[in-house]
Amino acid sequence: MNVEDLEHLAEQYRAEGAAQTREVRVCAATSCRSGGALLVFDALTEVQQASGPAHCKVKEVGCMGLCSAGPLVAVADRDAGLTDVDLYQEVKPEDAADIIASVDGAPVERLRHPTDNPFFARQQLIVREQCGVIDPDSAKGYIAAGGYLAMVKALTEMTPAEVIAEVTTSGLRGRGGGGYPTGLKWSTVAKTPGAQKYVICNADEGDPGAFMDRAIIESDPHRVLEGMAIAAYAVGADKGFIYVRAEYPLAVERLKTAIRKAKRTGFLGHHICETQFSFDVEIRLGAGAFVCGEETALMGSIEGGRGNPMPRPPYPAESGLWGQPTLINNVETFGNIAPIINRGGDWFASIGTERSKGTKVFALAGAISNIGLIEVPMGMSLREIIEEIGGGCPGGKAFKAVQTGGPSGGCIPNDYLDIPVDYDSLKTLGTMMGSGGMIVMDETSDMVDVARFFMEFCMSESCGKCVPCRTGTQQMYALLDRLAKSQAGPADLAMLEELCEVVQATSLCGLGQTAPNPVLSTLRYFRHEYEAKING
Amino acid sequence: MAAIRLARPGANPKGLPMQRPHPELPSSDKRWKIINTTMRRAGYAEHALIEALHGVQDAFGFLDEQAMSFVAESLDLPLSKVYGVATFYHLFQLKPQGRHTCVVCTGTACYIKGAGALVEGIEERYGVQPGGTTDDKALSVMAARCVGVCGLAPAAVVDGTLLGKLTPPKLLERIAQEIAE
Ligand SMILES: Cc1cc2nc3c(=O)[nH]c(=O)nc-3n(C[C@H](O)[C@H](O)[C@H](O)COP(=O)(O)O)c2cc1C
Ligand code: FES
Repeated sequence: MNVEDLEHLAEQYRAEGAAQTREVRVCAATSCRSGGALLVFDALTEVQQASGPAHCKVKEVGCMGLCSAGPLVAVADRDAGLTDVDLYQEVKPEDAADIIASVDGAPVERLRHPTDNPFFARQQLIVREQCGVIDPDSAKGYIAAGGYLAMVKALTEMTPAEVIAEVTTSGLRGRGGGGYPTGLKWSTVAKTPGAQKYVICNADEGDPGAFMDRAIIESDPHRVLEGMAIAAYAVGADKGFIYVRAEYPLAVERLKTAIRKAKRTGFLGHHICETQFSFDVEIRLGAGAFVCGEETALMGSIEGGRGNPMPRPPYPAESGLWGQPTLINNVETFGNIAPIINRGGDWFASIGTERSKGTKVFALAGAISNIGLIEVPMGMSLREIIEEIGGGCPGGKAFKAVQTGGPSGGCIPNDYLDIPVDYDSLKTLGTMMGSGGMIVMDETSDMVDVARFFMEFCMSESCGKCVPCRTGTQQMYALLDRLAKSQAGPADLAMLEELCEVVQATSLCGLGQTAPNPVLSTLRYFRHEYEAKING
Repeated sequence: MAAIRLARPGANPKGLPMQRPHPELPSSDKRWKIINTTMRRAGYAEHALIEALHGVQDAFGFLDEQAMSFVAESLDLPLSKVYGVATFYHLFQLKPQGRHTCVVCTGTACYIKGAGALVEGIEERYGVQPGGTTDDKALSVMAARCVGVCGLAPAAVVDGTLLGKLTPPKLLERIAQEIAE
């Protein structure tokens, strides 16, 4: 199969559904589901079958982004994107008749959520372009929307070196937290000799308060598989693993379905699309250990062992899974690959800032009006993200700080909200991009308590292999606990700062090295809150 | 057996087919068959360990010594390794669980939105903290680090159902309902 054949196939799939010119899309991702989206779907289907117009199709889609207003339903033309819709919020089964009636009539005003507001208008969708639009369980739907074109193009028209060159040109950096240049990582794996190479997709998404990867998988799983297959072709691997956290049962289901369907249609497995290239993917489940998001620990877990991190070097690119050269990238990183191959590295590199290219998906949560997922170009200011897109803090409360980078990151106070968000600027503020979680805190948050919360997290998630992390986090937690309860003296604060330095400098893996960050950053911007709690 | 050896490089350096009998199923309980199938599909390779333990926990609710020994023998691993893995991962339970479970999300978004109050509410009513089970074995309480619905924080999972935008009374009512059923 070549690109033309696939385009034909896509055309054919589009023609099959051409009679249905209107769609009622129901978000069936985890968040809306827990609000009752499946009941809404059933009700809509029933009304549609009984009395709806024949040119309308009710379908399940993935995450539309505005999770806090769910269950979400969108009524749209068949080819409309995410925002070109009549969007309905907090839909109940009882609303089904009105919504079906609106397919050819006036929108249901009482349920309507505008899509011309900044939350939707200010976004730029690359990774999430099909999220909330296509049916995640349908391989046909993915292909009809241009899916697998990039893979077939890579396999039939490009050499592995050309694929890597395109990714390098794009300037894409890893979305899992570290921000390592993806092209460079791919070329290292490609260059390393090895009889068997592996590609791993890191879908452990350990940062509590981040749900980008879950939403991408639940909404557009084939895109992740396509990215992995292109990567495998580029580096010379024929076997892949997706490591998903067990807390995401729906994402696992969606992936299983996607893998099965991709294999059946020849887009995965032996001799993909009748080329010489073969690639097989297996799912591996986590079991509730944050440290398993760290790449060496993750590989230990895939091998069936404890998720203990290993010192690097050797890096996975040289000696990874079962000692073989291994490429490991994050879900969102893989999600960017197909668009880069389709539209070119230069196009991608034209978006974003000097050293951070493309878009980033962020999960907005905490004390913010619009809770959900957004995708914006790198370099947008935090103020735009929080005040305009996020709608600021609810209940008239004043904004206090935003935490990025999860338990490994730090907080940013109001004074610095105008900086453009990219890998480097966040670092200079003492935090990091991380995987894209943004937790907003309002004036009611107590920053010492926040620091204690993150330390408790790191303490219980420390794997215990190295002493600085195992005991250091415990001691820091004890000190923070005393501080939070106003039982600490000035010497305790000095001790805390010293411990931060030691743990940062001497821990084995990223967990310990970054565990002090929330403390250091709250100390940097909210030292007075610590001092106010000191006794004597 | 040949395929099995292939899947486990290093175990048998000379590449000779080594016959090792697989242990008998601990009882006629059908659930063991399912677990055994999981391991067989992976060629009884070491990397099937976590999946096998997931299988045991899904089937029996927790991992006891009999189950761990069975998995260890099947995969030709020392029991200490199986125990080491079982205790490393938070999701694996080594004790029998209550008839109902409530997993409170204590991730960051839920923490900001009051997960602490949910945990306290449960403790007040049932006298158990995350990790504990009530004396009458009616309820086990656990904590999870983000269940992925931060938009609906604070969240909890009661008997497999994900609930969002909770308050302590709402959660307690739901738990009471489940227990009463
Ligand atoms: C403690 C710790 C936790 C991590 N958790 C994750 C995670 O949940 N998801 C992820 O993609 N990367 C995580 N990482 C980063 C991975 O080690 C690795 O850098 C990443 O998967 C590489 O992919 P990328 O280059 O596409 O970002 C974590 C790192 C550390 C130190
Ligand atoms: S922090 Fe509770 S669902 Fe994410």
